[in-house]
Formats: sequence, C-alpha cells, structure tokens
Amino acid sequence: MEILFNDYTLNIVVITGIFIILSLSLNLINGLCGQFSLGHAGFFGVGAYGSAFFSVYYALNVPSQVNMVMAMAIGFIIASFCGLIIGGVCLRLRGDYLAIATLGFGEILRIIFMNTDQVGGPRGFTDIPKWANIYWVYVAVVLVTILMLNLKKSAFGRAIVSIREDEIAAENMGVNLFGYKLFAFSFGAGLAGVAGALYAHTQSFLHPESFNFMWSVIILVMVILGGLGSVTGSIIGAIILMIIPEALRFFGHDISSLRMTIFALLLIGLMLLRPNGIFGTFEWGEKRRQKQKLLALQASGEKSGGGI
Amino acid sequence: MDEKTIYFLWDSLQYLINGIAQGSIYALIALGYTMVYGIIRFINFAHGEFLMLGAMAGFFSLAAGYSFQVSFIIAMLSAGLVAIIVERFLYRPIRKSGRIPALITAIGASLFFQYSFQIMFGAEPKQIPPFMAEKRYFLGQIDISNIDIVIFSVTILVLLFLWWLTHFTKLGKAMRATSFDLNAAELMGINTNNIITFTFFLGACLAGLGGMLLSYKMPIDPMMGTNLGLKAFVSAVVGGIGLMPGAALGGYILGIAENFVSGFYKSSYRDGVSFLILILILLIKPAGILGKNKKEKV
Repeated sequence: MEILFNDYTLNIVVITGIFIILSLSLNLINGLCGQFSLGHAGFFGVGAYGSAFFSVYYALNVPSQVNMVMAMAIGFIIASFCGLIIGGVCLRLRGDYLAIATLGFGEILRIIFMNTDQVGGPRGFTDIPKWANIYWVYVAVVLVTILMLNLKKSAFGRAIVSIREDEIAAENMGVNLFGYKLFAFSFGAGLAGVAGALYAHTQSFLHPESFNFMWSVIILVMVILGGLGSVTGSIIGAIILMIIPEALRFFGHDISSLRMTIFALLLIGLMLLRPNGIFGTFEWGEKRRQKQKLLALQASGEKSGGGI
Repeated sequence: MDEKTIYFLWDSLQYLINGIAQGSIYALIALGYTMVYGIIRFINFAHGEFLMLGAMAGFFSLAAGYSFQVSFIIAMLSAGLVAIIVERFLYRPIRKSGRIPALITAIGASLFFQYSFQIMFGAEPKQIPPFMAEKRYFLGQIDISNIDIVIFSVTILVLLFLWWLTHFTKLGKAMRATSFDLNAAELMGINTNNIITFTFFLGACLAGLGGMLLSYKMPIDPMMGTNLGLKAFVSAVVGGIGLMPGAALGGYILGIAENFVSGFYKSSYRDGVSFLILILILLIKPAGILGKNKKEKV
C-alpha cells in the first residue's frame, strides 16, 4: 500500500471509503425507502463525536483493535438511537417537510457539538487515537455493500421499496408503514455512525463544521448522482464526487475556488443530461441473475412437461 | 417593581426591537422562497445567492461612485436578471424531470455562484460605504438606530406593494391562478412560463434589496448567502410556505426569538433556536402557522 500511495492520496482513498458507507446508508433511507432526509451529516457527526468521546475519555486497557471495534459499535448505537428519536418525531411528515425537519435536526446536532466543551466546542476535538486505517475502512465498505445488496432482496427490502413506490398501496398490503420507515431510518443513521467512528479514528481530529448542512447535501448528491436506490450507483456516485474535486487539483494548487466552480458546472450538466442519475435504477449483475432465474424456470417448466 | 425586573423589561424591549430589524431582513428574503414555492413547489436553494449577488452589485456600484438610490436599483435589477437567466436556462429544462433533479441543479447553481464570485472578487469580506449617516435615538433605556427604522419601513412597504400586486392587478391575478393550479391556469390562456419567470425575478429583486439593507449591518462576502438563505427558508416554512403573510410572520418570529436567546442566554445558540422553532412548528402544524393542512387523496 505504502508503495502505491503517498500520505495525501492515501487519505483521499480513506475518505472516499468513508463516504461510500455514508452514501450507501443514505441510499437505504432515501433511495430504497423514499424518505427524503437532509440531516445525514448530523448522524455522521454523532457517530464520530460519540465514538471519539469513548476513545478519548473511557478507552479500555485492551488492544487498540478491540477498542476500535467497540468505538464503531458505540458509533452505531448512538447514531441509530438518535435516528430512532429523530425518525420517531419526523417520519410523520412527508416529502419536502420531512427534508426540512431532518435538516433542522442535523443543524441542531451540529450546534450541540459546537457548544459542548468536553468535545472541544468550536476549537474542534483533537488527539483522538489513530486506531483505524485504510484496511478497517475498506473491510467496512465491503461488509456494508454485501449487507445492502442482500437487504434489497430481503422481505424487509421489498417492503421499504413498496413504501417508496406508493405508501397507501403498501399499507393496504399490510406493510407497517411507520415501523418499517423508522427501522430503515435508524438503521441508516447507525451505519452513518459507523462511518463517523471510522472518520474520527483515521483523521484524529473533528470539527463541528465538518458536519454542517452542506455535507448532508453532498452525501445526498452522491446518492442521486449515482441513481436513487441503486447500490452500484451510490458507490460510484461517492467515488466520483470525492475524486473530481481532487483530480481538478492537478490543474494547480491555489485554485480551490476554480475547482469548486468546475465541480458545480459538472453537477448541473450531469443533472440536465441525466436527471435520474448516472445509473438510474441499474444494479450491477442484476440483469444476468434475472436471466439465469428465467432460464432455470423455463427448464423446470419443460421437465414437468407443461407451461409455467 | 424592583430594579431587576425593570432592567429585564428594558432589555426585553431592546431585544424585541433588534429582533424586528433582523426579522425584517429575513422576511424580505423569505418572500422570494415562498413565492417560488407557492407557484411551482420548488425549493430554490440558490435564493441566498441572489441576495449575495445583489449585495455585491450594490457594493460595486457604490464604489463606482453612483448615488445610493441608483445602487439600490442596480442591486435589485442585477439579482433579478441573474434569476431570470438561471430560471430560463437551468430550472425550466429540468422542471419536468421531477423535484429531486431540480433540487440538485439548484444546489449546483448555488455552489457555482459562491465559488465563481470568490474567484472574481476574492473571499475577504467587504464593508459597504455607509449610504446614510447612522443616528441613534434613545427612548428611556432603549436605543433605536435610524437604519433599523428604514429597514422596517422598507419591509412594510414591500409587503403592501406585494399585496397590491397580487390582489389588484391582472398580473397578480395570473400569479394567484398559476399557484392555485398550473395546468388549469394554462388552459385559461395564462402564459404560465412567463408568470414563473416573473415570480423568480420579483423574488430575486427582493433578495437583492434585502442584501443591500443587510450589508449596512455586516460585511459582505461570497459565502454570506448560505446561512441567510437557510434562515430565510426556515422563516418561510415556519410561517407557512407558499403564503406571503406567512413569510413575513415567520421572519419576525425567528428574528425576535434569535435576539432573545442571544441576549438572555448564549449567542452560540441563536441558530439552534431557529431550527428548534422550525421543528416544533412542523410537528404541531406541518403546513406552517398560517397554512392549511391538506389531506392527501388516493
């Protein structure tokens, strides 16, 4: 690894991995369940601050790997608990109003970090132990990806997709709307918390401004850019959105405003050309699997000697 | 009454007045959000940038030596013209693709204006040269600035103008018809595309005006639109998005609440209180204070 990357590119790869987890977790809430959340950076922050608080003040006297696993678990638990409370309050709302309410909660969480002295307040939270590295991040990415792909095909996945497509029809089919929405919301929030724990323990520094409303928007853009509901899309969206600003850096180091301008233009151009995201609802490998299923079905039909 | 209570009352009165001045600016910006949402159900995230554009244009026209009356008009018109361009070339092509692509386009436009202005004019805050000598009036313990009075009266005039426009002109009638039912309005022979463009123009003009008034109280920079836009948007939702009186009411509620919290408690919680009010209102009455709750039909 050290031969391939220098410190700078390595850090970009690490952060890209963390954002893949974030966009996958938002894809669960926004893409699959159809609940428009704009407070995801808040959950990311809760996970980061919560786990860092544990590792700075209450770290156990065990190997750092064990501590890191515990930090990630704490990140998950705290963030999903926040998701449970916020979701329980907000999920009665729909569409734009839900987006605004989650935005409000996300900002309130950030203001709480800003005003808590134990976690550094506006100075930022420093000296968090560097327990995680690129391997931790990408093992988590792989696990979350597998989880999401399986979740999409499970009964739970089908239920939340039916909620996205038509709430009233789903309710008539016996789907517990509020329960499924709340579970998807708090589970997605928990995964964002895991991403937060990884972020805290790879960067060893946290600042409240890293979790403001703009970051929620960027995570949302990653999901939409890739294609709402598509796991492949969320991963590619996160990679593109993290790589483009860095790639544009090669045009010169001092022109950070220029690269953000180009980034904004690319964003607009992409939306005008492909409003449903790059991948739409495409999922890698899905077509092939469907074909295989169909062939197997036909074969079994021929064996029994009749039509399907 | 003992001395403590009297001081508390004077302080409250002072914060109330500061809050009204601040709320007036929120109201001016929120009007643009609310008008656009009322017509096409679209949250224009680039609206805060129209405010920044107006303030910047005003700054350069003042620096070029124009009088402040001319600068105000330049600020409003340049914000309005940019809004027309953005609406015509970005929002109109994407309007049919649904609200999420439109939202992302608006975010892209907002980022574009912020960073391209940083390239052109630098990131450092600029102070607008004063266009009016500041006078302070003292009434007992309270201190009122003439600028606050100007801001407040301009907002009231704008509200009266909008009320007249929407209720007593043909254009206003067309706007109300479009916001009531876009397709039906089109069938009645209203050119809804023009009405939408005009709504964007009007909203951005008001944002430019708000930016100009605000620049008297704080320095301007290319990033100023984000936070103010968010606050104004929250005001619009609190009052009832889509309703003009709602935008004004929400703006004043937020302005006053923020000043009370930062005065009596901690200034770092002033943003928090706005969002807390937002969430409380959304939970109690999702359509906003003045809004009517609509039942969704199958």
